[in-house]
Amino acid sequence: MLHQLEGSRAIAKAVALCRPNLICAYPITPQTHIVEELGEIVRSGELQNCEYLNVESEMAAISATIGSQAAGVRSYTATSSQGLLHMVEAVYNASGLDLPIVMTIGNRAIGSPINIWNDHSDAMAVRDAGWIMLFAESNQEAVNLHIQAFRIAETVKCPVMVCVDGFILTHAFERVNIPDQKEVDEFLPTYKQHITMDPVTPLAIGAMVPPEYFMEVRYMAHLKQQKSISVIEQVRDKFSDKFGGNSSGLFHKYNAQDVETIVVTMGSVAGTIRDVVDDINCKHGNKFGVLTLISYRPFPQDAIREILKSAKKVFVVEKAFAVGIGGILAQEIKLSLLRTNVPVISIIAGLGGKPITKSMLFDCLLENHQRDTKFLGLNDGLVKKKCSFAGDCCTNN
Amino acid sequence: MSYSTRKKTSTDNANCVQSRTDRRNTLMSGHRACQGCGEALAARCVLDAAYNATNGNIVVVNATGCLEVFSCVYPENAWNIPWLHSLFANAPSVASGVASAMRVSGKTKIRVIAQGGDGATTDIGMGALSGMFDRNDDVLYVCYDNQAYMNTGVQRSSSTPPLARTATTLPIGSYMGNDAKTGKNLPKIAIAHNIPYVATASIAHLFDLEQKVATAIGIRGSRYIHVHVPCPLGWGIQPSDTIKIARLAVDCGLFPLFEAKDGVVRTSFTISNIVPVEEYLKPQRRFAHLFGKNAAPNVIAHMQKLADENIKEYQLMGENTHG
Repeated sequence: MLHQLEGSRAIAKAVALCRPNLICAYPITPQTHIVEELGEIVRSGELQNCEYLNVESEMAAISATIGSQAAGVRSYTATSSQGLLHMVEAVYNASGLDLPIVMTIGNRAIGSPINIWNDHSDAMAVRDAGWIMLFAESNQEAVNLHIQAFRIAETVKCPVMVCVDGFILTHAFERVNIPDQKEVDEFLPTYKQHITMDPVTPLAIGAMVPPEYFMEVRYMAHLKQQKSISVIEQVRDKFSDKFGGNSSGLFHKYNAQDVETIVVTMGSVAGTIRDVVDDINCKHGNKFGVLTLISYRPFPQDAIREILKSAKKVFVVEKAFAVGIGGILAQEIKLSLLRTNVPVISIIAGLGGKPITKSMLFDCLLENHQRDTKFLGLNDGLVKKKCSFAGDCCTNN
Repeated sequence: MSYSTRKKTSTDNANCVQSRTDRRNTLMSGHRACQGCGEALAARCVLDAAYNATNGNIVVVNATGCLEVFSCVYPENAWNIPWLHSLFANAPSVASGVASAMRVSGKTKIRVIAQGGDGATTDIGMGALSGMFDRNDDVLYVCYDNQAYMNTGVQRSSSTPPLARTATTLPIGSYMGNDAKTGKNLPKIAIAHNIPYVATASIAHLFDLEQKVATAIGIRGSRYIHVHVPCPLGWGIQPSDTIKIARLAVDCGLFPLFEAKDGVVRTSFTISNIVPVEEYLKPQRRFAHLFGKNAAPNVIAHMQKLADENIKEYQLMGENTHG
């Protein structure tokens, strides 16, 4: 059914349709409206058989979901930014214990300086934690991904993080199709616990693992990520069969066949980039395509290579970077294109909510870049004024 | 006000769960604890008592620390009950989640216990514990207090007693060991949360410990038991003296045994023969710098004052002296 809804409220409705048994709530902007709405859904009785726990920190939020999921019930929480970093230790723990928790990240910058606006620095800080990480481009996709996330998590026995751009999606009112409870029930089977805390069959969970076995355990986590690539596709197909429409999967390709230049990106900026690419193609002939990654972890490296390897140039537009090195996604794309001659230009954009406009992108994508990394919209004057050693080593442009 | 008091009787030992052949042995032999480990002994006694009181319906969440490390190194495991270890700082929150799961799946017979050492409880996990108390989540939290970070090699925690030598409070020059006016009284902090049940216990008084566990496990809501457990390695005592030292801590008044219900202390365990604090301190290497050629009678007097205050506050003298 179509609703005109704020992104957070739409996500909350999608999560409630998945019938979690425990929801942990701790406020942090811009995620807060999600858990607020879920609280209302639980208290009003719309969602039955669900505990709603107001906890004292993000660390407690993720930890309580670890406990409840280990004890055999479907569990959910949401956070952003500093909150995600506050729970990092437990983020690793949840995947290490094979617990299929689903968590929403309302993506936001990391301080200092403190900043509440959107970028992907928070998610990127936990990219190696062994979670499946899916990035939504729109609120409809966020709804679809959350419903798929529970099924993916429970199939692979791995936690899933659904990343949704803070404010740009979480606070945007859009028309969103929210499926019926009956349809979701048919799509998402009742959770069957694979581990349990049962006095009749006692099990010790969370043992110390010595050097003889530790590397093997981590390697198995790697294998699990690789296996989940096909699971994400299968779940996407089943979701499409049930609900129709363009139902995500590993990535979206837009005009990415036989073009000279492909722009790779993640999240809500993809729509702007598609518009820009349309404008460029209109003016300069059909030269540009877009690859929007949904599944960042697992990283579908082989498929990415297949799509990009015949391009003459690849741009990676991303909302995070590794200080001292440059783009994070760009490095991984470069790795995927090893032993090809495709140059990869890294565009760092929109950090801490800096606007990414069509005209900025239009100029940037047509520019003849002298350097591999460009910070889009950077105020060079301000940097030179405030940074005594900026001088000639200012790498932008 | 005066508390009701509890005294040890001659039949207590015979009634102990530990004295019974059908005890569960929730923590089985073969684990890697040091000889004479007070924590290993306490954990088995606490969980056997809880197991006994619930007909086996317990699940346990364990914080990182000695207890976790010595009991469960893959592929070996000494636990004879469902056991979950997540992290150092989050055992109370994990236990809250387990309790929610039990409630929501209708398994309300199953009782949730969380346990950790003093580092996990009074330091790194204290926020989580306070949160659990605040929500009155249905968990019994047991702290095994050996008064320092033993697992990492005896460093100071906020439960380390005044003047104790640890690896991070080495008495050097005029520095006499752990600062005299520091430290947290976690049982009092727990009581201040108005949770239904708080108790202190000692492995030297097994029947009392088991009774408190049995009482606590039967109550719904957050409950807290703080167990004093000597550590031969960290305290510098003979492994064969663990119980003796634990008993002296109680008998000198430095570790008062009491129970509080709904925010008020109701019962205390009286001491038949109060001993001076020296008798407790002197056999321990961690206090050796307070005796001998650099003797510091003024700081020992400070310790005696703390014990005397406890004796007064918790009315630890025989029943006759109560007013």
